[in-house]
Amino acid sequence: MSTELVTMNIGPIHPSTHGVFRMRVTFDGETIIDAEPIIGYLHRGSEKLAEERTYTQIVTLTDRMDYTASMTNNQAYILSVEKLSGIKPAERGVWLRMIAAELQRVAAHSVAIGFLINDLGAWHTPLLYLLREREKILELFEMMCGARITNSYLRPGGVFMDAPDEFWPALNRFLDEMPERLNDIENLLTDNEIIISRTQNVAVLDKDDAINASITGPMLRASGIDWDLRHRNPYDFYDKVSFRRPLGTVGDNNDRYLVRLHEIRESLKIIEQCLDLIEPGPIKPEEVPFLVRPPEGDSYVPIEAPKGELGFYLVSDGGISPFRCHVRAPSLMNLTLLRDMVIGYKIADLFVTFGSVDVNMGEVDR
Amino acid sequence: MTKELTGNEIKSTLNENYHSLIDSVEADHIVLKNKKEKLLSFFENLKNEKKFNLLSSVTSVDFLSKFVVVYHFTSIEKNESIVIKIPCGESRKEPSVISITSVWRGAELQEREIYDLMGIYFDNHPNMKRLLLWENFDGHPLRKDFVN
Repeated sequence: MSTELVTMNIGPIHPSTHGVFRMRVTFDGETIIDAEPIIGYLHRGSEKLAEERTYTQIVTLTDRMDYTASMTNNQAYILSVEKLSGIKPAERGVWLRMIAAELQRVAAHSVAIGFLINDLGAWHTPLLYLLREREKILELFEMMCGARITNSYLRPGGVFMDAPDEFWPALNRFLDEMPERLNDIENLLTDNEIIISRTQNVAVLDKDDAINASITGPMLRASGIDWDLRHRNPYDFYDKVSFRRPLGTVGDNNDRYLVRLHEIRESLKIIEQCLDLIEPGPIKPEEVPFLVRPPEGDSYVPIEAPKGELGFYLVSDGGISPFRCHVRAPSLMNLTLLRDMVIGYKIADLFVTFGSVDVNMGEVDR
Repeated sequence: MTKELTGNEIKSTLNENYHSLIDSVEADHIVLKNKKEKLLSFFENLKNEKKFNLLSSVTSVDFLSKFVVVYHFTSIEKNESIVIKIPCGESRKEPSVISITSVWRGAELQEREIYDLMGIYFDNHPNMKRLLLWENFDGHPLRKDFVN
């Protein structure tokens, strides 16, 4: 039996839309028959602002794009600047930023899982378990660079300061405790009957559709494609560490949750390997000038950010600020198929699917 | 390691009958002529036969003398990446290129973003309207001659 269609606005201010995201959804009863994402509420014109700042100043702009993953934003930007200007980074600096990036991945995936479970109706208990672990990572970041979220830790050639002595025992303590905490979370969530019945076979994303829509990151791997840029295009020193790449089989919401959970464990392994390989030395080459002036040209270096392929397309005209700075934001591309994924499901599945896509509005709107 | 093909390698990858589309071969990319009818079949060939199935990024640059639309493609099977540039809008009036949304769905939001911020129109796009700014916004902010 069909009923009169109802069109409803969800957002931009809504607790389940993870920021200022708005959807215009048409329902037949409780079933979704159309959903149109409307974005732009957090647009700050970062790409235009970058054209008036020096290469080092732009690092602070990148922090504010995906604000749950500032370190990897820094990393993507700095790698592009280094390629454009031919700067060879210092070894210790690269290890430090790899440790920072993997810690950031643990933090970002914790947030993603926590809010996904929150959207499912497990009101705040699992979320706070995960935010507690994220808090420890933010404290580690505070030791490294003085900031918790807007880190601005990386510089062309490495990082701006070495981690202090008290950082290393704190990091080791975190690495010792975290697997145990992950076991707790897994025992609490993975086999939970409600979570399984709400997420399995909901919003299935076919692998060919996923590639065609430029979907990358954990979402693509949950659909069964082994595409991780840390493995396929190892930037920094990712070719010197080994890690597994968890893959999904179905591509439903449950797979997207499981892939993120397993990736946290792999990130912890990568940090342990980094700790074995890092050696004392300079954190940044002496010869890198304060004002970087890359020669004319362009560069694009994609990296595996927690949400997918993140890359900065920089064009230089030889000056002290980029002629053009474009951000390939994984969150925006991952939204492309949201409409196709939710059509035919109920209103309650809409938020779960949106949570499992894991977008960050700071990055979607820039 | 993803192999970034040089301009000459990209040219040799392409079918002979598309060589007439090439405007120039540069060190790390090729520049194509903005011939709308032929470009769509070229992109279909690139995706289906040459297996460049992942559209990494579409973006645009305003050089004042012209606009350039920049495409980054990756082949997941071959682990290779290529860069293609298409100049358009030399007269600065209504620059336009063909939309590739029908070939790669991933271009849908990116092309809308380019139209919104740079003012390049994508022909045959299913939903060509502003993405980030509001409907009545005057001008395209990423243009170099934009005055607030």
